[in-house]
Amino acid sequence: MEKKPKNVFIEGAISSEFIGTSIAKHQSKTSIGAHNIFLGQVRADKSNGKSISAIEYTAYEDMAIAKFHEIREATFEKFNLTCMHIYHSLGLVKSGEICLFVFVSSPRRKEVFKALEYVVEEIKAKVPVFGKELFEDNSHQWKVNT
Amino acid sequence: MLLNIKYFGLLSEITGCHEEAIDFNGSTLYELMDLVFEKYPELERKDFQLAHNNEIVSGDMKLINNEIAFLPPFSGG
Repeated sequence: MEKKPKNVFIEGAISSEFIGTSIAKHQSKTSIGAHNIFLGQVRADKSNGKSISAIEYTAYEDMAIAKFHEIREATFEKFNLTCMHIYHSLGLVKSGEICLFVFVSSPRRKEVFKALEYVVEEIKAKVPVFGKELFEDNSHQWKVNT
Repeated sequence: MLLNIKYFGLLSEITGCHEEAIDFNGSTLYELMDLVFEKYPELERKDFQLAHNNEIVSGDMKLINNEIAFLPPFSGG
């Protein structure tokens, strides 16, 4: 059966309440023995003496949702996972706030360690999301992934 | 043919728009790029990829009436 792509985008920062609730929802899935979570946080990097106060995310949404779906399917093919969730912010996320939440679960720990790194690297490389780094004085620069 | 062209991130700052319709009489993406560079010379010096039907495509692709996106380097996460 062809699965329908999920919308992974969340407007603004991903709250700790949202993350906590996501974890709690898995208590009924008792075949799971290991979760692994990646949280991407906006860094207050300095450039020319100015600090980044926030990142404004935009995306080519149709393509991004298709790519998130492909990454999901490929990850389930490669690793023995019970479930997997990806959430990425759009719009404004202040420094110190969470902009990416990846959550993988499996009966065994070794699978989730490998799977999580794979998913995060694939997202960074293949999903058309663009970060505009905003400084305190309202100037900006475009984020480059390293 | 009328193409729907989308620009993202830094590229949309150069073009001053996120989307526009361009009347195009050539055949390949390279020809479309030449047309776009004529309109926005600064774009030629920028790093970007092109996408069509949710996939990255190369410049020798033949165009049919559709949407083409100019994408700067990805910086999600």
